[in-house]
Amino acid sequence: MHKSIDQINERIRDGTARVVTAEEMPAIVAELGESGALREVDVVTTGTFGAMCSSGAFLNFGHAEPPIRMERIWLNNVEAYGGLAAVDTYIGVTQQSDTLEEQYGGAHVLEDLVAGKSVELRASSRGTDCYPRRTITTDLLLEHFNQAVMCNPRNAYQRYNAASNSTDRVLHTYMGVLLPNCGNVSYSGAGVLNPLSNDPNLRLIGSGVPIFLCGAQGMVIGEGTQHSPAGGFGTLMVTGDLKEMSQDYLRAATMTGYGVTLYVGLGIPLPVLDLDVVRATAVRDEDISVDLLDYGVPSRNRPAFRRVTYAELRSGAVEINGEEVRTSSLSSFRMARQVAEELKHWVEGGKMHLTLPTRLIDSKKPVKPMHQSVQGPRVLDIMDRQVVSIGEGEEITTAAKKLLKGDTNHLPVINNDNILVGIVTTFDVSKAVANPGKAHLVRDIMKKKVITTTPDEAVDIAVQKLEKNNISALPVVDSGHHVIAMLTAIDLGKLFGGRWLK
Amino acid sequence: MKLLVTFSRKKGRKPIIAQVVRDTGVLINVERAIIDSSEGEALIDVPDDQCQLVRDTMIGLGATVHLLEHGITVKESECVDCGACISICPREVFSLDSDFKLKMAEEKCVLCGKCIEACPQQALMLPL
Repeated sequence: MHKSIDQINERIRDGTARVVTAEEMPAIVAELGESGALREVDVVTTGTFGAMCSSGAFLNFGHAEPPIRMERIWLNNVEAYGGLAAVDTYIGVTQQSDTLEEQYGGAHVLEDLVAGKSVELRASSRGTDCYPRRTITTDLLLEHFNQAVMCNPRNAYQRYNAASNSTDRVLHTYMGVLLPNCGNVSYSGAGVLNPLSNDPNLRLIGSGVPIFLCGAQGMVIGEGTQHSPAGGFGTLMVTGDLKEMSQDYLRAATMTGYGVTLYVGLGIPLPVLDLDVVRATAVRDEDISVDLLDYGVPSRNRPAFRRVTYAELRSGAVEINGEEVRTSSLSSFRMARQVAEELKHWVEGGKMHLTLPTRLIDSKKPVKPMHQSVQGPRVLDIMDRQVVSIGEGEEITTAAKKLLKGDTNHLPVINNDNILVGIVTTFDVSKAVANPGKAHLVRDIMKKKVITTTPDEAVDIAVQKLEKNNISALPVVDSGHHVIAMLTAIDLGKLFGGRWLK
Repeated sequence: MKLLVTFSRKKGRKPIIAQVVRDTGVLINVERAIIDSSEGEALIDVPDDQCQLVRDTMIGLGATVHLLEHGITVKESECVDCGACISICPREVFSLDSDFKLKMAEEKCVLCGKCIEACPQQALMLPL
């Protein structure tokens, strides 16, 4: 049996279409069987509501008198793109306010406009013969714009890796606050309700397909940026009219210590054409798995603790290395349900008809990492290979002499096997000398927890280690934990002295 | 009931909490305390029927005592029920109900404030 899109639209027009949400579908298929579900159900609605950073809107202000070609543009002190002529702009949701920083950003501008609040436009220009005006300041409501079109390059991730943190400090990430020593797990995604997870082969979702976008009737433009369906990480580029949107489904947010983002409500109705659609929409949280990654590793390739399903994540706790760790969602499942329910009412009420893609989206392509023609500086480019170290059993006075003679403030401490076991600084030695007590040997005063770097580590990562730990030197160690060089704040100066920058 | 006790340590270093426990015989549960050389602040939990006694005794020893009737406050209009606060809270105050709506066990809250910065929607506030 097969149903055509026209048959389904006819039922929507008649008000006889059977519409269910993607959360209801697995039970229907289990009860009626695949063929039974195909006969019974005409449309499956999906929904998701979560942080979607790659979002924004095109705005057209209309011309001022005398006219201006805006080159630098701010809305409530949030800078918008000035490279479009003359009164067009694009405002991205993660752009932060010049004054309020992460407390207010592009996302807040869009939410304020949708909420009916006025927003201050400030713009400047060089002035030309055709556009003589040089500055403008005016308060605008959403109704004053000719167009306000949301256009989001990367939305509706098919799934998203979960996050934990193996380091001993709190991390502030786009995945929220990650507690030290794997103290929590953060995840995002609607799982069973996610649009692309209900159409993984991209037969139904493609260019021109109508969607629910923040309460408005929007449309899929095509594949989203970083679209990577090969790995199960498809994305969509979508658009919709900001003027028809609702604040219920468009919420500005701030991830503390990371920045501004926008919570977007997005849903797609899927026509149940054949058994393949039935099987795809019968997907459950248990069937969708993601990697649980260690965000403590500051690399593109973060190691995974394990794989987890959305069912496990939603249960409230998952196991990492034998320990129960509590989970938190960043996206709202209640709101995802509300999107799918609202969309269901739209289709049932004949407010939205379905179409098949006017152009299909690639369902196989992988994402590529950035091609880097120039490697950034690594520790080995600037490290100091002259290492003055000291044995753990040596006297503190010897350490003092070595510090003076070596013209350094840090002495890595090594054991009999030349392995790094600690570090002493000028401060540690001075303190021991000023308060003579029981301590006579280096091992009595050394710091045993040494933060280290490696020759091939990126300088930016090493700098972050210095900053986060409030220290000024890192021993550079090889794989056997032998000290082969030192990286101090002074070495960082080489980056600016031109020794590295050719 | 929860009491927020603040005291100065400038005039001597009286062990106020220990003394109240000894004098009243009430077993005080210290849920959170920040005490440094000059002042101290402690959040304590005491049985309802002995709250007045503990309060009066502490005030008698020179401490300032506030009765805390509320935990962290959720601004309903801002909360989207994501649940980012759930795993951050050391006292397991937050959870989602069967409709995936955020619910709070307010009596467990010790007002540590850790959830406030974890909330993407800035929907959580201290009640004081």
